Amino acid sequence: MSVLEKRGAEPSGQTPPAPDDAGTTNATKTAAEPSRPGRRGLPLILNAVSVVLGIALWWAAAAAGFKLPTPPEVVSRAGTLIADGTLGEDVLASLTRVLIGFGLGTAVAVPVGFLMGWYGIARGLMEPWIQFFRTVPPLAIIPLAVVVMGIDETPKIFVIFLAAFLACVISTFQGVVNVDRTLINAARVLGARDAVIFARVVVPASTPFILVGMRVGLGSAWATLVAAELIAAQEGLGYRMQNAQLYYDLPTIFVGLISIGILGLLMDRILLLAERKLTGWQERR
Amino acid sequence: MTSKPAKISVQGVTKTFALGRDTFTALDDVSLDIADHEFVTVVGPSGCGKSTLMNILAGLETPTAGRALVDGAPVLGPGPERGVIFQQYALFPWLTVRQNVEFGLRTTGVPKAERRSRAEHFIELVGLERFADALPKTLSGGMRQRCAIARAYAVDPSILLMDEPFGALDALTRVKLQEQLLRTWSQDKRTVLFITHDVDEAVFLANRVIVMAARPGRVYDVIEVDPAIERNEAFRLSPEFAALRNRVWHSVYHQEGRTAPAAAGSATS
Repeated sequence: MSVLEKRGAEPSGQTPPAPDDAGTTNATKTAAEPSRPGRRGLPLILNAVSVVLGIALWWAAAAAGFKLPTPPEVVSRAGTLIADGTLGEDVLASLTRVLIGFGLGTAVAVPVGFLMGWYGIARGLMEPWIQFFRTVPPLAIIPLAVVVMGIDETPKIFVIFLAAFLACVISTFQGVVNVDRTLINAARVLGARDAVIFARVVVPASTPFILVGMRVGLGSAWATLVAAELIAAQEGLGYRMQNAQLYYDLPTIFVGLISIGILGLLMDRILLLAERKLTGWQERR
Repeated sequence: MTSKPAKISVQGVTKTFALGRDTFTALDDVSLDIADHEFVTVVGPSGCGKSTLMNILAGLETPTAGRALVDGAPVLGPGPERGVIFQQYALFPWLTVRQNVEFGLRTTGVPKAERRSRAEHFIELVGLERFADALPKTLSGGMRQRCAIARAYAVDPSILLMDEPFGALDALTRVKLQEQLLRTWSQDKRTVLFITHDVDEAVFLANRVIVMAARPGRVYDVIEVDPAIERNEAFRLSPEFAALRNRVWHSVYHQEGRTAPAAAGSATS
């Protein structure tokens, strides 16, 4: 169900990107004030404390008789799964799917978003389809995709592609539409023609929006991937969890969940880093 | 007005905008000639069409009727002989000061080495050499506007169109930039059309102050300022300045059909 919730949250990609991540903004601001070096460490300490407390709580719950594996059980299962190569294979299979789907989705979304933002004709032609598919969760496409495309990799990658594409295309489109008119005029009076304005003004000005769209798209690709693997796969983190469920193998389910969380977080951090590098020129509020 | 051919000639220009079911007349049959090397300021209440006039001369908008000529040729679009400076600075925030100044040189195909040296020269002219590699977000308002001025100068336009360029700056910075602008103007004698809502600024800078009226936008009054007067602090504090300022003030704030200065602020924009 968390997948559907994530889809519901997707329109956040349409809001201006700057205040997207409160933590980022604070970190940037603090970094700009070298006079207060202590401030930066504090959130990290709080984060660590919170993680330790959470694990303690989990352990306590397991000890109190809830149907949960204890942290050591999960760690030892993780060790086994790593040692026999299962976890590595599953991670590789899942990552391959998500990266292909997400990569294709973004690669198609960016030019389509630009076309829609720049040309009224393209917008008029494409908008109804994008709006329609936006209201259909990509997971709902799976039955159709499986029937039409078979049960191999294609339908899985296709739904991931769709999820990433839809998140990114709207955001790119918004980015192009929101380019400051004055900047375009400034470029025109400096002798820039349409192609130059596009490459040197519209593209950089909409980069923050594209990157936010990519982050939302990645989240939604990742969520879709796991769900797609729950339905039809022979390997992958989602499949492993589905399989473990049959054998009542809770530690393996936990290892799967934690791996998914960590990988998702890592990929998001990578994009966040790219975002900081590429859009550091922005004036953050 | 002079025997010289006009550098800029606005002939019967009317510009209307659709506003819902109504049409809004931003400019109504405006005509004016600006001679080569003249410094003209345009002042008037909001909604008098002064920015529209500038956009038409910049080639960013086309008149509904009438025509605008530059060097005798009709304006069909933006051109390198007309540099534009916007109130909101309009610097490209992802480019450094130097890259911003080089922008117009790149689009006009100036080779890299020359681009560098020309940008360097104009960055120095506006006193930003220490900030050449800084991003706009790290600059103050005054520095941003100086960068925008350097960017416009870099393509060496014979005309400068300035739309309330100092409007967002504090009074001290504004005075400094006004004097700096006049210094460079007295050296290179470009033709300047300077739009402002500040009466002092209009009088201090101009050879000629054009006062516009709103609804519909039109030329209301023209006040000549002797170009022989040296523009310095003494002039700013002189009785002549006060008299001119008085005259322009009345022309702006006590136009027919208007009673109080407050009316100017509430006009349509």
